Amino acid sequence: MELKELITQKLQENFPDSFISSNVYMGDLSVEVDKKDIVKICTLLKENSELEFILCEDVTAIDWSKRKDRFTVVYHIFSFKHNFRLRIKANVDESDCTIDTVSSVWNTANWEEREVYDMFGISFNNHPDLRRMYMPEDFEHYPLRKDFPLTGIPGSLSLPKK
Amino acid sequence: MEKLTEKDINPKILQALMDIESDVTVDEALENEMILNMGPQHPATHGVLRLLLRLDGETIVACVPDLGYLHRGYEKLAENMTFYEFIPHTDRLDYLSPMSNNVAWVLAVEKLAGIEAPPRAQYIRMMVAELARIASHLIAIGALSMDVGALTVFLWTLREREKILDIWDLLCGARFTNSYTRIGGVANDAQPEALAMVRDFIVQLEGSIDECERLINSNKIFIERLDGIGVATKEQAIDFGFTGPNLRASGVEFDLRRATPYMFYNEMDFNIPVYTEGDSLARYFVRADEIRESAKIVKQVLDKIPQGETLLNQPKKVLPKKVEVYSKMEELIHDFMIVNFGINPPKGDIYSAIENPKGELGFYLVSEGEGHPWRCKIRSPSFVNLQSLPYLVKGHMISDVVAIIGSLDAIMGEADK
Repeated sequence: MELKELITQKLQENFPDSFISSNVYMGDLSVEVDKKDIVKICTLLKENSELEFILCEDVTAIDWSKRKDRFTVVYHIFSFKHNFRLRIKANVDESDCTIDTVSSVWNTANWEEREVYDMFGISFNNHPDLRRMYMPEDFEHYPLRKDFPLTGIPGSLSLPKK
Repeated sequence: MEKLTEKDINPKILQALMDIESDVTVDEALENEMILNMGPQHPATHGVLRLLLRLDGETIVACVPDLGYLHRGYEKLAENMTFYEFIPHTDRLDYLSPMSNNVAWVLAVEKLAGIEAPPRAQYIRMMVAELARIASHLIAIGALSMDVGALTVFLWTLREREKILDIWDLLCGARFTNSYTRIGGVANDAQPEALAMVRDFIVQLEGSIDECERLINSNKIFIERLDGIGVATKEQAIDFGFTGPNLRASGVEFDLRRATPYMFYNEMDFNIPVYTEGDSLARYFVRADEIRESAKIVKQVLDKIPQGETLLNQPKKVLPKKVEVYSKMEELIHDFMIVNFGINPPKGDIYSAIENPKGELGFYLVSEGEGHPWRCKIRSPSFVNLQSLPYLVKGHMISDVVAIIGSLDAIMGEADK
């Protein structure tokens, strides 16, 4: 339990404005932060010698459909030093559907963020190569949004020319 | 052969390829660079991976992978079906080790629902997960050897894998797409004949691996095609997000079975093979050693496996046995409720990951208290491992791309989801 308190305390001390809350569910520690300081927070977590979250496992997002802050971007990072996994959440609203990229902190985030952009339409500021990951470049919709129908949209995928 | 013209390539991908500032220096550089399209239909890309290569002569200056040819939208599908219904879909992620995908999925759902399978079921799951690792690594080694020109090894490793498929056939009735695990246990108990078959297989596996290794470990062509090709240093490997054998080949001793033990791995005695070179050869060596370690674990599982139930008695969360559904009223009602409305785990989100043959396979599940997940994210190791490809192939020859893809062992079913 000590490490979980240490992480919460460190974030609270360094980012009193951006730190929102932390909770433990089924043994997973998850912290919620404001999106404006996400790069600074990630840099701290990676470079602090007591924490060393050097492996970024996953970047993803959740679409809450009708909530005020429609999207939540979720990061999973891992510390080899403590064998511990931390979840960071940052809310993104539909009206300002952007968040800073953390690919400068962890290279892994590059493709993961492209996938989030492809699936949810959240764009990442300062991303080195923000293109669609899976869908064709001329596809106009964001498939993992809740308002995208399961059956797809007829005619939205163009057939190869020739 | 048709010439590649600019209209064949999407301008954005082409732009990305041309934008890469390359630090590759070529002796006697040619005046013009060439763009080569590799895949998506290419036998050496192990599926439908497409690469765009910018070449100077035969040297690769820059590379842009293009994914998505096998994208089936499993995350979207998962949001629209119950937790039970998604089990067969996990087979199609990493289709070379369906069993361990099944295990990963049910462990994630069990964590979300706050239940735990009985010990015998957990031991059986450990056994099938390790057998899946052996099967997957056998293919990886065979395919890598075939990519660099040693065809015999592929035939021999596939022969061994065939025996594992036979075991699965007896164990659960399917050879490829197993769907063997259930939430709260496994579909059926492991029969004594199946366990005997596993034991026979493990005993003779050692000899077969030695046989394969004798063929390639001292083969000059094989070594020279892989030695020093596609080197990822320790820092790079972590930065790329490598997990699994690829990370351990770069000198990081990290294995989720040891780092965050799940099931009964903390009671098992096994080593974590680590090599420090970080090249394609080291990645091959790690896989070969891991087969032996997995065999060791399977042997211990067979010795320790307890008697008892293989399905948890938790009627609201676990499907009852079919025999009871046909004969008892209560069970019929529970079966109906779970099939139609799902298991409704409490509101919350969890991340659960296991050490798959390719690396860390994780599921991030968000439940809103309904029968289907609100969000299901598949953290697939192949996808993350593939990301390093442009860095690893830089400055190498075209023929080395094949070796590097083979040694990374990425499966497109999983990378594209």
